[in-house]
Amino acid sequence: MASRVSIIRAIHQLTSSASRRPAVYFPSLSCQHAQRALLQRRLFSVSSTFKEKKYTEDHEWIEFSADGKACTLGISKYAAEALGDVVYIELPEVDMEVSSGDAIGAVESVKSAADILTPIGGQVTEVNRTLEGTPGQVNKDPEGEGWIAKLKVEGEPGEKMMSKEEYAAFTEEA
Amino acid sequence: MAAQRSVGVLRPAFNGMANACIRANCSPKARISARTLSMHASRPRKLAPASPPSTRHASSSSEPEKVAKTGLYDLHTSRGAKFVPFGGYSMPVQYNDLSIADSHNWTREKASLFDVGHMVQHEFSGPGAEAFLQRITPSSLSSLPEFQSTLSTLLHRETGGIVDDTVIVRLPEDRFYVVTNAGCREKDKAYLNAELESWRSDSTNPEVVWKILDHQGLIALQGPLAAEILKRVLDDSSSESLDSLYFGQSRYSNIKGTDATVLVSRGGYTGEDGFEISIPPYATEAITEYLLDSAKDELRLAGLGARDTLRLEAGMCLYGHDLDDSTTPVEAALSWIIGKDRRANGGFHGDSVILQQLKKKSEGGGVTRRRVGFTIEGAPAREGAQVVNDAGEHIGTITSGCPSPTLRKNIAMGYVRDGMHKSGTEVHVLVRGKKRKATVTKMPFVKSRYFKAPAS
Repeated sequence: MASRVSIIRAIHQLTSSASRRPAVYFPSLSCQHAQRALLQRRLFSVSSTFKEKKYTEDHEWIEFSADGKACTLGISKYAAEALGDVVYIELPEVDMEVSSGDAIGAVESVKSAADILTPIGGQVTEVNRTLEGTPGQVNKDPEGEGWIAKLKVEGEPGEKMMSKEEYAAFTEEA
Repeated sequence: MAAQRSVGVLRPAFNGMANACIRANCSPKARISARTLSMHASRPRKLAPASPPSTRHASSSSEPEKVAKTGLYDLHTSRGAKFVPFGGYSMPVQYNDLSIADSHNWTREKASLFDVGHMVQHEFSGPGAEAFLQRITPSSLSSLPEFQSTLSTLLHRETGGIVDDTVIVRLPEDRFYVVTNAGCREKDKAYLNAELESWRSDSTNPEVVWKILDHQGLIALQGPLAAEILKRVLDDSSSESLDSLYFGQSRYSNIKGTDATVLVSRGGYTGEDGFEISIPPYATEAITEYLLDSAKDELRLAGLGARDTLRLEAGMCLYGHDLDDSTTPVEAALSWIIGKDRRANGGFHGDSVILQQLKKKSEGGGVTRRRVGFTIEGAPAREGAQVVNDAGEHIGTITSGCPSPTLRKNIAMGYVRDGMHKSGTEVHVLVRGKKRKATVTKMPFVKSRYFKAPAS
């Protein structure tokens, strides 16, 4: 199951268009809708476990502040590995209002481009400017120093979020 | 050493005719005729289908959707390949020892070995072979010396659109070795069958024999150390003569300590010095192992990922992306493949369209779009991205693009409206809906380092 994300893209990048020319050039990180049904069974409420990192099926993570009014967003280690050497990061603009499911930026590696989707609505308060100069930070420490943006949020994520364990199981299932 | 042994074991498998001429006194000529003879023995009167589909696939199923494997599949698996389906084959996209960018850089600094056995190897022979190929391509094959190759295109009738791009090598005795793209296999077969049928419908046309070399291995050894590494596995005379094998030339060579004869062509798809080596099926895996074992510190396997970024830096086209059925060689900036005598006399498919396009604008010539290179600021542009002018009007489309590992900037190729194609022209490319500054740039993006014949 090594890296479905990059492989799916590689197929798109490399396969002769005679047989395959997708209409969407920058699909989100997600590529396994089939798993959704499976996962539904195992999900539980997010609000009971604030502060813990939560993951999306699109391979982003968010981590709430103690008061639950802000969160930090990034891409998972799994996604960073699947993408390979990240060479460019498109960061969102500060103050931008975003809704759950919006593409707020993109991660580009040698072979692939992947949108960064936010699972929660709010306003961008800060972006990780160091990634502009050293995008490789996302490969080195995707769930720490390689964070992408901070958001001021209201309410809860608009989609199912997974705990670290659930996400690990999710990425195990090919 | 293990590999060398296993190559030696191959000897009994080689056919007796070739065996008889493998030792010292045998001239290349004799070796070639042995091959030719063995081929004639099975020459079909009418063109037989190259092979039943089942023989190309790993299983005996004849389902056309089945993904095939090259003779090196097991070797890839044991060496950590990540596979993707490509051109009907399961091919390595990269190996777990190197990222795509690292593999790319390794190729430019040392040497990489690519399995390109998914590509389709053909042999055209017979007294009509040259004329037949000159009908379907714009190449000047009548002036192509023996063991010399040329990049070419198979062309559609009337339109001059590109059916596929290909490399053609002239071998002795009216034979041509032709390599086409895996992704076009079925289309090319249908095209060639139809073209041959048409050729044969005129009984005055001399005979052409077409054979697909199924299961024949093809590997590409690419990079500045490629020649040095190849010499280690060639027998003494083949090794010595490698110094006079120049870019674009081919030669039969022998692998040290074995009876295996391979066709070595100097060139490739990376812009580096290197070789493409066509190997009989029985010896492909052993020779590949032998090469890898002979250069443990310098040579790594590389996959389609690095192959794609390397060829893009070298400004080379990938069919189905940068070329397609609706594109002529002139639009594709491949006018240079059209032979001098072909420009004067035509006689190939689509000649009226193509020769008109070659004329000056003042004479009603030219094209409306041209393939060019771009460098893009900020975000990399990928296939399908729109090229726009200052006013935001759509003036072209990106057909391939990536961040260049060598140059550390974003490169791409694509088509742009005629008039905007001069290098240095500033345009924009839309990436995720935002305009990014782009400049039309000469290709290759990275200077080629071919081993060229000294200017005489």
